[in-house]
Amino acid sequence: MTAQTGFPRSPARKGMTRKQRRMVMIASAGTVLAISAGLVAYALRDSIVFFYGPTEIVEKGLTPGTRLRLGGLVGEGSVVRSPGQKVSFTITDAKTTVTVNYTGLLPDLFREGQGVVTEGVLEAPGRFRADSVLAKHDENYMPREVADALKKQGHWQPGDAKAGADAATPAAPAK
Amino acid sequence: MIVEIGHFALALALGVAVIQTVVPLWGVARQDPVLASVGPAAAIACFLLVSVAFGALVFSYFVSDFSVENVASNSHSTQPLIYKLTSTWGNHEGSMLLWVLILVLFGALVALSRRSLPARLRAGALAAQGSITVAFLAFTLLTSNPFRRLVPAPAEGQDLNPLLQDLGLAIHPPLLYVGYVGFSISYAFAVAALIDGRIDAVWARAVRPWTLLAWTFLTLGISMGSYWAYYELGWGGWWFWDPVENASLMPWIAGTALIHSTVVMEKRDALKVWTILLAILTFSLSLLGTFIVRSGVLTSVHSFATDPQRGLFILAILVIFVGGSLALFAWRAPLLRQGGLFAPVSRESALVVNNLFLATACATVFVGTLYPLALEMVTGDKISVGPPFFNATFLPVVVPLLLLLPIGQSLAWKRGDLLGAAQRAQFAFGFAVLVTIALLAVTRGGPVLAPLGIGLGVFLVVSAFWDLGERVVSRASGAAAIWSRARGLPRSIWGTAFAHAGVGVTVIGIAATAWSTEGIGILKPGQSLTSGRYTFTLESIAPRTGPNFTEEVARFRIRTGEREMKPVESMKRMYTARAMPTTEAGIRSDGFSQAYVSLGEREADGSIAVRAYDKPLVLLIWIGTLIMAFGGALSLTDRRFRVAAPRRAAPTSALPQPAE
Repeated sequence: MTAQTGFPRSPARKGMTRKQRRMVMIASAGTVLAISAGLVAYALRDSIVFFYGPTEIVEKGLTPGTRLRLGGLVGEGSVVRSPGQKVSFTITDAKTTVTVNYTGLLPDLFREGQGVVTEGVLEAPGRFRADSVLAKHDENYMPREVADALKKQGHWQPGDAKAGADAATPAAPAK
Repeated sequence: MIVEIGHFALALALGVAVIQTVVPLWGVARQDPVLASVGPAAAIACFLLVSVAFGALVFSYFVSDFSVENVASNSHSTQPLIYKLTSTWGNHEGSMLLWVLILVLFGALVALSRRSLPARLRAGALAAQGSITVAFLAFTLLTSNPFRRLVPAPAEGQDLNPLLQDLGLAIHPPLLYVGYVGFSISYAFAVAALIDGRIDAVWARAVRPWTLLAWTFLTLGISMGSYWAYYELGWGGWWFWDPVENASLMPWIAGTALIHSTVVMEKRDALKVWTILLAILTFSLSLLGTFIVRSGVLTSVHSFATDPQRGLFILAILVIFVGGSLALFAWRAPLLRQGGLFAPVSRESALVVNNLFLATACATVFVGTLYPLALEMVTGDKISVGPPFFNATFLPVVVPLLLLLPIGQSLAWKRGDLLGAAQRAQFAFGFAVLVTIALLAVTRGGPVLAPLGIGLGVFLVVSAFWDLGERVVSRASGAAAIWSRARGLPRSIWGTAFAHAGVGVTVIGIAATAWSTEGIGILKPGQSLTSGRYTFTLESIAPRTGPNFTEEVARFRIRTGEREMKPVESMKRMYTARAMPTTEAGIRSDGFSQAYVSLGEREADGSIAVRAYDKPLVLLIWIGTLIMAFGGALSLTDRRFRVAAPRRAAPTSALPQPAE
């Protein structure tokens, strides 16, 4: 320790000036930051999932086996339930339609004609196996990705979320 | 009429807030004590006016005045009274008003606090606080007016979103906002210190209680929000790494770093510049959270209806306050004198390590939350960053921090003894290793992470109290002597121990989730489904009518081993006004574990899909956060915050203390 701190001298740290100490601090901070930056970069490559609409899957020519999030409207009259909580339905953006297979319980707000986001694996062109179907928390809320995907296909007017959702859902009273 | 009074009071509050911002600063600049003393009076007036406005809105919800647009869109005459009242902040406009109310409440508390603050510091802090108030009052009045009338008034309201019709809404947002907004005080003091150009232990002692208070409430707010999601969403998840959750987690992590770095500043007059920066960053992250929630730029389960105009306005507020304070920091921080020195092995260094890891953890959450937004702006690609990302980046930073914590907390100030600290931690460490080995042996073949995580939690809990135990017990004999010795220790030392033990308890609860099991089945009355240690038998399904919903009630008997537990009910509800279904989970606590059952679709043949969970030790997650908050509260009652802070040694300013 330097004399200015008044500490007893310890042989190991003799001569470590304020500047050197600061360097040690900066170096250790840099190390921690570098390691975590590496972790972040690695995780960003491996554990993110892209979102596509049905038409984009075709346009981008995604190969089967790709993991992705698929969003759009649940096709009218497309929901088929079979024993063992198996369910199949279509997701459409009015131009392209993808058939989705899913095993499990569906969220409360899953309805035909309404927006939905699913996550899973593309099995074959036009066929998708979902392992999760994401719940919406509000009747009027259209997932933004879905709204954008629909907009791209020209089936969306801004400010249409509420009217569109309600029109597509006979069960919901007009608001 | 009452609604118009509320609206008027809110507009008046904006004017008063402008006065609160401008006049004290002018007073400081002109060295005029009278002008500088306008701040406290304006802050109190502002609080009273916003209270009137908030009261008016609560009242219009109370009487279901559907001529107010806000009430008509978010309430219904058949809602139970408690939900009518909580509907006040169950929407964007009302919750913004609550945000502002808490903001001005903090301003009034600073104005009223009798602790002797240097006059320039108080004037500067109130002015900074006033400027935040101006921004958010303007935002509320211009883009989110809760007092807008509807002509003609509808006969009935549209009901509150059924997911929000829960006691959670009464508890979670107010606690969360007190936490979020409380950090504005630390920010205001930081800005005041930069304007003043000096900062010392008196500043740290003035800021620390506010930071602790905000941190304690934010801890409770996040925890209650998590428990609410756990029981309300029906599939037993308690943290989703959703952007809005991250938005509350980031200020919490930064705030945790801040309460640690202010200790260094208070005790040792070191880390000054960093502490000021951290105070600014913590509130900036609160503002960022507000932006994320209100603008709808990120897809989240919490999104309010989105409105680009609002998003832009808040973005402008964000840029002005974050950019402005950082510019002020860059300009003035070099003027701040460097503080005390400390050895590489010391409590100070340990707290630097703490801050380094917490800041890094916060940065990983920041990247994970905002990367999708950045990527979409640059490439147009839409991505989602989920739990795998955060597990791979957040945990590797936090786990080493938690492993180092017990050693750091027993190092001495100025110059510590690493060997001694390690020796003090060795008992706790050995005990934790034994627990881990025992658990590994008992649960052979099960997930390895659970015993390891529980070992870490046990290490934290035992070491948190080990030092204290030594100090209290070893030199005292007899229960009375131990008790008096325990009482003699400063409360903040107990607070630290409880907060650290709370972290350990939460870690145990989180680790044990690796053991939770899920069972899905389709049941007819009389049939059973087993998940983990619990067997759920469906007894009956019957319809029932609530005040503003109808529901199907499924009643389950639960057995574990040979023991019959109390039955639970899980409901599938249909809220009539919005025609919106919700699921209410049936939860039975069993010690710290829970048996959890929720319903799915009703099949044509009368059977029903059922999801059943065994959630071992899950309650410890939230009990741990309560213990953390208790630790924070205990520290707040420490003697050094109750007695007047020591006056600065040298005459600090030309301003005399304003008369109050």
